[in-house]
Amino acid sequence: MNFLDLIWLIPILPLCGAAIMLLFGRNLSKTVVSIICPGAVLGSFILSLGAVIQLAGLKERTHQVVLFEWLPQLHVDFGYLLDPLSSVMILVVTGIGFLIHVYATGYMAHEHGPRHGGYYRFFGYLNLFVFFMLTLVLANNYPLLFVGWEGVGLCSYLLIGFYFHKKSAGDAGKKAFIVNRIGDAGFILGMFFLFQVTGSLRFTEVTDALRSARFGPEVTHFGILSLTALLLFIGATGKSAQLPLYVWLPDAMEGPTPVSALIHAATMVTAGVYMCARSNALFALTPETSHIVAAVGACTAIFAASIGLVQNDIKRVLAYSTVSQLGYMFLAVGVGAYWVGVFHLYTHAFFKALLFLGAGSVIHAMSGEQDMRNMGGLRNKIPITFGTMFIASLAIAGIPGLSGFFSKDEILWQTWSAPELGSKVLWVVGFLTALMTAFYMWRLMFLTFFGEPRMDEKTKHHIHESPKAMTIPLMVLAGGSVVAGWIGMPKVFGENGFMQGLEHWLAPVFESGKEVAHAAAEHGAAAHHDTTMEWVLMGVSIGAALSGIFLARHIYLRMKAEDRPTGGFIYPVLLNKWYVDELYDFLFVNGLSKGGGTLMAKFDTNVIDGGVNGTAWLTRMVSRISMWYDTWIVDGLVNLTAFTVRALSFPVRFLQTGFLQSYALVFMAGVLGIFGYFWWGR
Amino acid sequence: MSSPITTEHYLVLSAMLLLIGTVGVLLRRNVVVIMMSIELILNAVNLNLVAFSHHLQQVNGQIFAIFIIVVAVAEAAVGLGILIALFRNKETVLVDEIDLLKW
Amino acid sequence: MTDIAFFYAFAALTVLGAILTVTLRNAIHCAIALIASLAGIAGLYLLQKAEFLFVVQIMLYIGGVMVLFLFVIMLVNLDGAAKERQYHRHWLAAVACLIGTGAIFAAFLHRGAGSLKLESPLPVVPGAGNVETLSMVLFREYLVPFEVASLLLLVAVVGGVMMAKKRID
Repeated sequence: MNFLDLIWLIPILPLCGAAIMLLFGRNLSKTVVSIICPGAVLGSFILSLGAVIQLAGLKERTHQVVLFEWLPQLHVDFGYLLDPLSSVMILVVTGIGFLIHVYATGYMAHEHGPRHGGYYRFFGYLNLFVFFMLTLVLANNYPLLFVGWEGVGLCSYLLIGFYFHKKSAGDAGKKAFIVNRIGDAGFILGMFFLFQVTGSLRFTEVTDALRSARFGPEVTHFGILSLTALLLFIGATGKSAQLPLYVWLPDAMEGPTPVSALIHAATMVTAGVYMCARSNALFALTPETSHIVAAVGACTAIFAASIGLVQNDIKRVLAYSTVSQLGYMFLAVGVGAYWVGVFHLYTHAFFKALLFLGAGSVIHAMSGEQDMRNMGGLRNKIPITFGTMFIASLAIAGIPGLSGFFSKDEILWQTWSAPELGSKVLWVVGFLTALMTAFYMWRLMFLTFFGEPRMDEKTKHHIHESPKAMTIPLMVLAGGSVVAGWIGMPKVFGENGFMQGLEHWLAPVFESGKEVAHAAAEHGAAAHHDTTMEWVLMGVSIGAALSGIFLARHIYLRMKAEDRPTGGFIYPVLLNKWYVDELYDFLFVNGLSKGGGTLMAKFDTNVIDGGVNGTAWLTRMVSRISMWYDTWIVDGLVNLTAFTVRALSFPVRFLQTGFLQSYALVFMAGVLGIFGYFWWGR
Repeated sequence: MSSPITTEHYLVLSAMLLLIGTVGVLLRRNVVVIMMSIELILNAVNLNLVAFSHHLQQVNGQIFAIFIIVVAVAEAAVGLGILIALFRNKETVLVDEIDLLKW
Repeated sequence: MTDIAFFYAFAALTVLGAILTVTLRNAIHCAIALIASLAGIAGLYLLQKAEFLFVVQIMLYIGGVMVLFLFVIMLVNLDGAAKERQYHRHWLAAVACLIGTGAIFAAFLHRGAGSLKLESPLPVVPGAGNVETLSMVLFREYLVPFEVASLLLLVAVVGGVMMAKKRID
């Protein structure tokens, strides 16, 4: 079976699932829904696996399937491209997507409503999301990627607002949609520029054009390429929740937890990273924009992590953690280590999906309670959830041997060794973020699973381990969180085909881009491979992880609640998320509508109303003249006509009797007359 | 070969039919009967045409008769349709009660 | 002799039927009288060797048009109309008009009595039947009018349906 030519089937399967659900789902039982939807994604996963294995056998590791010509003016087909980068993405999307689908069959099992209303709808949206996400990552050109990009945005909106009867859920959906629009505007403009510059929007052609000698790297000036890259990055900040457009992601936690895991942690929010990695040839040519990307990524990482330190809602902690980790990915992309960004994307998908699903399991056990202050001591009640989340927390904190350690450490090392000015500062920021990450994750763990139970009796009585449909995906993901990083170990651990497997696999996509970047910076890449320094930094970051964990243990396990340090003025600032939502409200929402409104009101009263009143006065005068003319001249003429007609018709109108037979009689008289004419007249 | 029944006989008969039809059209109040009377008039004309066709041994008269029948059929179809619509709206079939067009 | 007998029999049927048509009170009776009258005319066509018209008269008039009339009479409630006055108010004027017309017809016929005796009718061409002759002429010389007539019938059908169908408000 030739899987490579069947890659178009990979997105189509979930689309069929979605179509069945959204068209006929009403009449299907829950069992049928639970078989069709995860089954469709499983089918996609199997096809993806087959295709990737066959791709590995090809000499040139790219394969395109063009379904039909789509926008001939833009030289754009409806085609799918399978290369090392998209192969990683489709495996993540379908593999983790399948596990989350299975989990959701358990998590959503209590979904009631008219004719199990939400259940089929939920799975229909979820399958639709998988379809769009696969279209996004398999697209062979920017517009098709944009179709997927908007499609996942739509599904995100639909799923955040899944409990649409809750106002907060509906508002969160709208917020996500609107904030994303800002980024999308940048993306579209970026596509226009890209077409203008390279004359194509197909990835392969764009990359070839950019890597050809036509374009030199814009090292010393900010030119059209830098602008294009910046616009594309603005698109990415919207979708991937970076500063300043990250605000929608925490609110997106209003959606059901499997959605948070699939869309807002593992797949959709990484679309921006994917897109930047896909455009690596462009970013490689534009060091200034890359600096911006790295800076934004690092700022987002530490900013979101600082908020995550104090949040009390278990899902919000994870949401800020996601924003922070996405910041890491952009940091990697910004310093030119594209494969590391994708590597972190891939490991993060495992442990963050696992953390969300575990949080969902906790919420499930706690009958819907999300506030960690009301949890505690769950360790023995829900052991599987605890065990799997324990592994995931170790992974995200960066404990050696687990997946998160390898990817995060690689990012920090690449940042440190990046030749650009200020890379050391970025490293410090990343290091502090790592410390915070370990702290807030273990704060979550200690508050949730350790210590004294703080929930009320009724909830306590109800606590139970989740069904198998939920725990088995947790265990699979826990396994993934452990081993996923082993194909991207640092070179100092030894070099072979497996330990740097991912880097080698992705090399065809990024290799030449990297060369350009390094040439641009006029630096030799080899000079920076300082083995001793790498060991030292690795030790430092392990130390940061461990100290974060122990600090959290000290504060949240050993100390009583009253004794905990309040942190002075900084605590409320962090708790209120640096007042960014309030700032945006003030600046954009109210600022534009209210502040602008006052100005507008003055303008309205004096200028516009004055103009309107003047017009009205003029109209009144004109209409008065016109009325006189109308009454006497126009009406007069009309009346005169009518009068004339009436006077003239006076004798004739008695013939108009309205009786049919009177007319017939006249008719007969006419016949008689004609006869008479012939009789006497001739 | 000459028959005692001449063409004149047919013409007289035709004239009588025409007159009777005209009487119906002019005097009756019932629309249905008036339309039947119109059919009578048309038949009188047909009879006339056929008589001359026979007399002159030319078939054209019969062709005209066929066309007149076609027209009569069309007239009957439309006329009766109008009649139904009229009855639905005014609940009457008497022509002198249908006088909306009176001055 | 049979000619004479048949002619007068059919003529009597025709005239009697016509008179009953315009005088009877009940519209259904009128229609039946009209059928008799039309049948008489059909017989007269036969006497004049117009077999095709005879068939058309029976099938189209008696079988088609009159059935249509009967349908309408059934559809439209005529009981009230049967109890009403049957004749028009201005009947005197009408009768006067008719008498004049009749008189002029009579005069015409009388004066033309001689002129109508042209010569004895031309002999019938043997071999060609009425229907063949008729179709030869109809489909050669009168083809265009024939097609126009079909169009007229189509329009009449559409018009009849439009008129008679219920208004959907």
